[in-house]
Amino acid sequence: MSDLSYVRTEMLPQKAPPATSVGVVGWLRENLFSSVGNSALTVVTGALLLMLLSAILPWVFLGIWDAESLADCRAQFAEMYADGRTYACWAVIADRWDQIMFGYSFGNLNEGLYWRPLLGLALILVALSPILYPNVPRIMYVATAATLFLYPWLIWGGSIWGPLTLAMCIIGGIVAFRFASQVMITAFALPVAIVVTAVLIMVVMGPLSNGLASVAALELQPVPSREVSGFVLSITIGIVAIVASLPIAIMLALGRQSDLFIVNKLSTGFIEIIRGVPLITLIFVATVLMKYFLPSHIDLDPVVAVMILVTLFTAAYIAEVIRGGLAALPKGQYEAADALGLTYWQAQRLIILPQALKISIPGIVSNFISVFKDTTLVSIVALNDPLGISGAIRSNSDWNGIVWELYGFIALVFWIFCFSMSRYSLWLERQLQTGHR
Amino acid sequence: MKKSVFLGTLAVAGLAAGISAAGTLDDVKARGKVNCGVTEGTLGFSSRNSEGKHEGFDVEFCRALAAAIFDDADAVEYIELSSKNRFTALSAGQADLLYRTTTWTFSRDVDLKTSFVGINYYDGQGFMVPKDLGVTSATELEGATVCIETGTTTELNLADYFRVNGMSYEPLPVGGTSEAKALYEEGACDVYTTDASALAGVRASLKDPSAYIILPEIVSKEPLGPTVRHGDNDWEDVVRWTQNALVAAEELGVTQANVAELAKGTDNPSINRMLGSEGSLCSMLNLESDCFVQAIAATGNYGEIFERTIGESTPIGLARGLNALWTEGGLQYSPPFR
Repeated sequence: MSDLSYVRTEMLPQKAPPATSVGVVGWLRENLFSSVGNSALTVVTGALLLMLLSAILPWVFLGIWDAESLADCRAQFAEMYADGRTYACWAVIADRWDQIMFGYSFGNLNEGLYWRPLLGLALILVALSPILYPNVPRIMYVATAATLFLYPWLIWGGSIWGPLTLAMCIIGGIVAFRFASQVMITAFALPVAIVVTAVLIMVVMGPLSNGLASVAALELQPVPSREVSGFVLSITIGIVAIVASLPIAIMLALGRQSDLFIVNKLSTGFIEIIRGVPLITLIFVATVLMKYFLPSHIDLDPVVAVMILVTLFTAAYIAEVIRGGLAALPKGQYEAADALGLTYWQAQRLIILPQALKISIPGIVSNFISVFKDTTLVSIVALNDPLGISGAIRSNSDWNGIVWELYGFIALVFWIFCFSMSRYSLWLERQLQTGHR
Repeated sequence: MKKSVFLGTLAVAGLAAGISAAGTLDDVKARGKVNCGVTEGTLGFSSRNSEGKHEGFDVEFCRALAAAIFDDADAVEYIELSSKNRFTALSAGQADLLYRTTTWTFSRDVDLKTSFVGINYYDGQGFMVPKDLGVTSATELEGATVCIETGTTTELNLADYFRVNGMSYEPLPVGGTSEAKALYEEGACDVYTTDASALAGVRASLKDPSAYIILPEIVSKEPLGPTVRHGDNDWEDVVRWTQNALVAAEELGVTQANVAELAKGTDNPSINRMLGSEGSLCSMLNLESDCFVQAIAATGNYGEIFERTIGESTPIGLARGLNALWTEGGLQYSPPFR
């Protein structure tokens, strides 16, 4: 009976996987040549990519960095290559990179002022750190508050006492609010504090800053608003719009969800009106057409006008993104907050907004990225964003005729900023991942 | 009560607006700077150098004006305007005047409520074509694709010229000179057309200038000049006579180098009147008595400005042509200073 010829009593030792499914070959098979169709696609794409790169890479890396003008570049190429090949003339970047990055105000017009925008940028990074990263000590918010007043001083120059006394007046207002809220309810204390701040700013600020300036004149060379240009301008407008629009957007989103009739209609109206008009129109109205309505001695600062408009524009868009987040929360969350006996603001702050904002992060960040790129629209009102400066560089007889080098450089800088933002948002999403999915 | 406050505010605002509309010169003096509208960048006429400073033909006139008003040629704020927003910016008060290669036309003068107070450059529209197109005259351009900048008089002239000559063409509208040039070099259009002053510069900046020719025909009149808001005659006078002084200075042989010397008094009464050693022309304009001396000392006379910025010794290399003095067969002519 025992005709069982062979029974294996122990497991075979594991063999290495076949050579065709591991390592480079395996990866290639799986990802590039898994079927006839995919193989064909791979070959075609590879050929296209090779063609593209063989055209672009030599152009980029064989370019000239040291030349006086475009004509000089062409002369150098003619000397080097008998067959008339030409590559990039990066000399234009070497000559004018400071104008593109720092604008006319801090570029070589005022030699040795680079430190102002650089320090400003460093301050902004420090100021944003407690907002962006949860592990940074909360005390850093002091730096955030200080930056609000120091950054404009670094960019626009003038006496430091102006921003400082303004800060003092606002601190005075906050102190007044503390006092007032001890003797009356918040609804009354807030207007009182606002009035106190306004009075301080109107009555005390001017004489105080003048007085302090006469004691110790801490002044930076003033920079006219119109001269703030290049990436300094883009970044200034972009950061202001990004930082200031989020709180406004949250208020608008809550307002649009609100049961209070007037709040609801005002928020909805604001959002729909701002969203319904192109940004370029808003900017044009704010800087050019406002001049028709204001008496001529009032000089509306074009940069400030643009900042306000871009902020409101972004806020209207982000408000809708956040409203989406609010709507996505299960009704149970709202009811649970109510059941716990939380007030409206407590519920929003502790339960609703943290969840709604987490859902909205990708949408919010993509709005931030697009607003940063939209800052190039300011060229319509004769402000010099990086693209405006590239046009101005081209209209100089030295560099007249250069196109790709300038656009390429500007695109690269924009890409670095936007890519960092998108990476940060991915990181933040992972940080806030609570595993409910 | 509330209503009356509101009306009062309106009245004050209206009054302020009325006053301001009447006195650009006073506004300028109070501000301490001339807001001069220039192009965002036109080769030779206005561009920024590597130090970020404005330079060019139009810029020199802004500087002369500032020198005449403030004795300081640097008291200028340059407002860079595109061809689309220049008139809005002027009438809104963003700029006090335009030295922005702006063509003086009937409708701009009358309908747009701007005033042209002089002509600092007599221009005309020309055509550039690739040599291998085999065209030698603009009349052979039947059916050509033409790159054309939008919002300019060139667009209208082009249509007129082709209609008059019974030819058809394919317009390819572009936003600005650099885009136009890039498209042109790629061969997207056969003909590039713009003012002759710009054409030479554009040709010089192409990769292979010798492959292109500028056709001999000038198809339009493009008198370029300073533009101010309608109805402010005092300001108009200041702008007009500062420019006239530069032209007259060339005619009278007053240069940047010798103006200080001549201002002390000469045998020529015309020079004496203009430079203020006889009479008081400048104070009639509400300016300092040596206003034209300052202007000429800052920039030189018309001929010197021309030679320095766009003349034959510069890369732009324009000949004086129509812009020579009337005594030398050109059109530049200043009314007398008396």
